Amino acid sequence: MACIEARGLRKAFGAMVALDGVDLRVEEGRIVGLIGPNGAGKTTLLNGVLGLTEYQGELRVLGREPWTERDQLMKDVSFIPDVAALPRWLRVWQALEFVAGVHPGFDRGKAEAFLAKTTVRRSSRVRELSKGMVTQLHLALVMAIDAKLLVLDEPTLGLDILYRKQFYDSLLNDYFDRRRTIVVATHQVEEIQDVLTDLLFINRERIVLSCTMEDFESRYAEVQVHPDHLAAARALRPIYERQVFARSILLFDRADREQLGALGEVRTPSIADLFVAMMGDPAPAQAGSGGQGSYPRDNHPDNFPRQGVAQ
Amino acid sequence: MSAPASAMPVSFEQRGSGRGAVTRPFLWSVRRELCEHRSVYIAPLASAGVILLAFFLALGLLPRHVRAAMALDAAHYRAALAPPFDFAAGLIMGAALLVSIFYSLDALYGERRDRSILFWKSLPVSDLTAVLAKASIPLLVLPVFAFVIAFATETIMLLLSSAVLLGNGLSVAMFWERLQLYQTMFMLLYHLVTVHMLWYAPLYAWLLLISAWARRAPFLWAALPPLAIYIFEKIAFHTSYFANFLGERVGGGGEAVDNMKGNFPIHPGMHLTPGIFLATPGLWLGLLFAAACLVGAARLRRYRQPN
Repeated sequence: MACIEARGLRKAFGAMVALDGVDLRVEEGRIVGLIGPNGAGKTTLLNGVLGLTEYQGELRVLGREPWTERDQLMKDVSFIPDVAALPRWLRVWQALEFVAGVHPGFDRGKAEAFLAKTTVRRSSRVRELSKGMVTQLHLALVMAIDAKLLVLDEPTLGLDILYRKQFYDSLLNDYFDRRRTIVVATHQVEEIQDVLTDLLFINRERIVLSCTMEDFESRYAEVQVHPDHLAAARALRPIYERQVFARSILLFDRADREQLGALGEVRTPSIADLFVAMMGDPAPAQAGSGGQGSYPRDNHPDNFPRQGVAQ
Repeated sequence: MSAPASAMPVSFEQRGSGRGAVTRPFLWSVRRELCEHRSVYIAPLASAGVILLAFFLALGLLPRHVRAAMALDAAHYRAALAPPFDFAAGLIMGAALLVSIFYSLDALYGERRDRSILFWKSLPVSDLTAVLAKASIPLLVLPVFAFVIAFATETIMLLLSSAVLLGNGLSVAMFWERLQLYQTMFMLLYHLVTVHMLWYAPLYAWLLLISAWARRAPFLWAALPPLAIYIFEKIAFHTSYFANFLGERVGGGGEAVDNMKGNFPIHPGMHLTPGIFLATPGLWLGLLFAAACLVGAARLRRYRQPN
């Protein structure tokens, strides 16, 4: 059974389409990065998965329909939203007591042990804690829940580097056990690259890339091309080209490694580079008006970007 | 030295101990409301404190009042000496009533406003359980609190009075007998159950529904539509059926609950009429309306996104 399975998922807020026919399959035991520009539909998709928003189309999470079975689903799913959701009046010990009181999968000792390693005091109210400490508290609560799926929506937003590093370290060392599934939506692409097993790019309300990290590494290659070879390199149809210190760096999708090796130094691109390559270009030429928001629906770029990922 | 410990895999027995633990979502949801809305118990307690302080300050005058009242018959004796006790009960009930109104208006609106609903919804507690836990505050918790606090307050007042009377060589037995305080407490309990719990249920449920629905200013949304209906009816038909209907609801059931002959609603001399009260269609229609409002509120809680 897949952890998350979606077919033709659609969501519109009035005239504004937030999800437009999303197909998705996330297997158990994966760590999936959901990456996309602001307004691409990340939070809407996650809200659908969590039973927080209604949708059209088919969606199963751990075999359940999230919208109608949220309370049952939450026995096996935990999540940290992208906004500070812990009530400000709540005291740390009250949070522990309450979650222990309503959640059959919560291990209070584990949460206390995690908090003991932080500077969060049990008697503090959430409003008295710093942003980083609130995240530590929320992470402590979530990690002590024996869930099958953990959803994180921009969990490290606004945290300093130390907290961010610690956050993912804790998650990997103390929580992830290859049975659980973790879905992380974030803009901090570079800090999760080594953590992920799967990559999902979402852009303009659709999934534009879905691959494992092994696929990602074998499929995409970045070449720092020697100026003499530039024409030859461009003939291999790179999907993106950028200049760094007057050197051209070309990004290729499914190109022959040996051919590329002859052109210059080949390496695996960062997720951030691929992200920029796929999302950075506002609109293909055929869109005409070129405005990002005013995209004609029927012109929707299935071959986006340019030579595209679907080749 | 905590680093090596943290690097060790979390032991399996720890994980096992969590699963299958007994959970009580409803009770914990009620406790959560009490932690969040401390006014639920602070307001009645503060009222009780104010009363006790005032009563204590006036205690020196009590022997004189009792001596003056001793010449009167039983009914007038009570009328002369009972008012502080009746006021105490009245003030505590009034505080509970006000807290109920403001609590109900905020209960489902506040959690969307501060986005904490995202946290509450990340736990396995259904929307209906959450709404019922919230409804239980004005419908059950506050009336019970009000009664317990009033009972304790009046008992303290009675004991203080007795001590003063004893010290002045006055009859404590007559004071206890004629004040009929524990009969009054029974009246108070009856009043709380019939009026505050049952008769007002549709009012609280309506406020909770508005609280779940309003994107802003729930107070205005709860108060303005009835006012608009009243004014519309007045202008269009020159009648005020709606206002009378509302007045009867807010007024507390009137003749159906008890036959109080103009007395304070917890006067021991009034006649309780539970039979008539239970046979009132308005009671049952009101409870039906309340149930519908609560189901509606639970549905809205599912649909409404944080503000």
